[in-house]
Amino acid sequence: MTYPPSYRYTKQHEWIDVKDSVGTIGITDYAQHELGDVVFVELPKPGAKVQAGKSFGNVESVKAVSEIYAPVSGEVVEANAELEATPEKLNSDPHKSAWLIRVKLADQAELAQLMDAKAYEAFISEKNKEASA
Amino acid sequence: MRYLPKSPAERKQMLAVVGGKTIDELFSSVPEQYRLKKALNLPGPLSEAEIIQYFKARAAENSLGYTSFLGAGVYNHLRSVITDTIIQRGEFLTSYTPYQAEITQGTLQSIFEFQTLMCQLTGQDVANASMYDGSTAATEAVLMAERLTSRRRVLVARSVHPEYRTVLKTYAKNSGLVVEEVGISADGTVDTIALQSSLKEDVAAILVQSPNFLGVIEPIADLANIAHKVGALLVATVTEAVSLGLVRPPAEADIVAMEGQSFGLAPSYGGPYVGVIASREKFVRQMPGRLVGQTTDSNGRRGFVLTLATREQHIRREKATSNICTNQALCALAATVHLCLLGKEGLREMAHQNLSKARFALAELEKIPGVRRAFDAPFFNEFTIVLPRSAKLVNAQLLREKIIGPFVLGTAYPELTKHALVCVTETVTRVEIEKFASALRSALEQPV
Repeated sequence: MTYPPSYRYTKQHEWIDVKDSVGTIGITDYAQHELGDVVFVELPKPGAKVQAGKSFGNVESVKAVSEIYAPVSGEVVEANAELEATPEKLNSDPHKSAWLIRVKLADQAELAQLMDAKAYEAFISEKNKEASA
Repeated sequence: MRYLPKSPAERKQMLAVVGGKTIDELFSSVPEQYRLKKALNLPGPLSEAEIIQYFKARAAENSLGYTSFLGAGVYNHLRSVITDTIIQRGEFLTSYTPYQAEITQGTLQSIFEFQTLMCQLTGQDVANASMYDGSTAATEAVLMAERLTSRRRVLVARSVHPEYRTVLKTYAKNSGLVVEEVGISADGTVDTIALQSSLKEDVAAILVQSPNFLGVIEPIADLANIAHKVGALLVATVTEAVSLGLVRPPAEADIVAMEGQSFGLAPSYGGPYVGVIASREKFVRQMPGRLVGQTTDSNGRRGFVLTLATREQHIRREKATSNICTNQALCALAATVHLCLLGKEGLREMAHQNLSKARFALAELEKIPGVRRAFDAPFFNEFTIVLPRSAKLVNAQLLREKIIGPFVLGTAYPELTKHALVCVTETVTRVEIEKFASALRSALEQPV
């Protein structure tokens, strides 16, 4: 799967797509692959504050429960309610319909800390090399 | 596993391995002032014969030949020797937590059956593998509602067991949870007018008990509607589990917290008892405690495993739903065996006998001048009476007749000065009820 070039990425394998100071956040294809079959997603409610680098929810797969970390700080404006009933969407469409939350950014400058698609692809290919070494 | 202390030779051997000369040297990192310098104040060792003698003497102190009309959260019910025989089997008695599904199918299946029985009785979708007792289950249920609603206020009916309320307040004291009490109406149920005036959209849960501490059955369905109007959850607690053989289960409640002592566990010095939490399936990830699930193995055969363990603190400490990391497996097994022996008809019959005998007892007591029923709402096997004088003094007189009198409600409710909570289970005979009534009559006839 390709990593959308307009998105920004974290080392914990989240992506963010920012439009008009609202960022849509999800987990990457690499992350869903590592997790395996997702069975449950726990997300914050609209109005909750998230902080860059801090956990805001978790994804439970048949293997483990993993924290999801916010790429940026801000206030949650929407959580993807569809994932409650169909968490498996995270495995099939992680970069689009299986977004997790939408956040009103507190500080646009935080985006500069994140990787672009090219840097992220390099980062995970390094990870894959480590894993196969 | 042996429970024998180490021999001097073994101690010496172990010290040699770690490179110490004496036991004291091992503790040298503990600052001098914190080290115990004198022997513990304990009696010396006893021989086997002396120990048997000691326990025979203690057993002789037991009060034999008494009839009890005391309930108030702990109930005397018939128990079969089969229950004790089964739970004393080594496979159950000494087994550890069934983490390894491949070698613990028996234990896991018995827990799964316990959960199934609890769901059937409470009208809920999922039940956990048990909690310490009813009081901690009720508190954990409230904390669960707090997590589910993200609200910090809870309304508790004063008709909930006073000790359950104390346990809840202990948990809440330093956690930021605000606990407010709601009074009792004239018929003995929770005061719904007061309840509705305290109920705002910041309330996580309403906690009620049914049958409540005064013996009265609460209108669970109505209370659930009241709670749901503001997005609060209804937590229903049950202290007398046998009532579920006859009384409509609290199916409309969002969480049920129950004491299972009535199912095969004898009343004893505070336990061990067995708590239960049952709830709706959609709330399962916020449930505290252990859960056993049914699955299929690689050959497609039915099997059982511990499931959703990521809620538990041994997996994710700071994100756990509770700091409970155990369950009352043996007590839960006793309850399971007891219920299987009784069966559906047997439990209903037992519940019927409780109700019939309690009604008979009330009728007998009401014939005594000055004695009247305190609350009009329906009851199960406990009811409150008002006496013409102090219930405490009356009880002292009853005790001389080898009758353990009713619970003196004034100890927990200062406003109920002459009120007593009478409990009548299937263990009490008609003759004993008549004897109690006549003993109460003569106690009240005596000059003060």
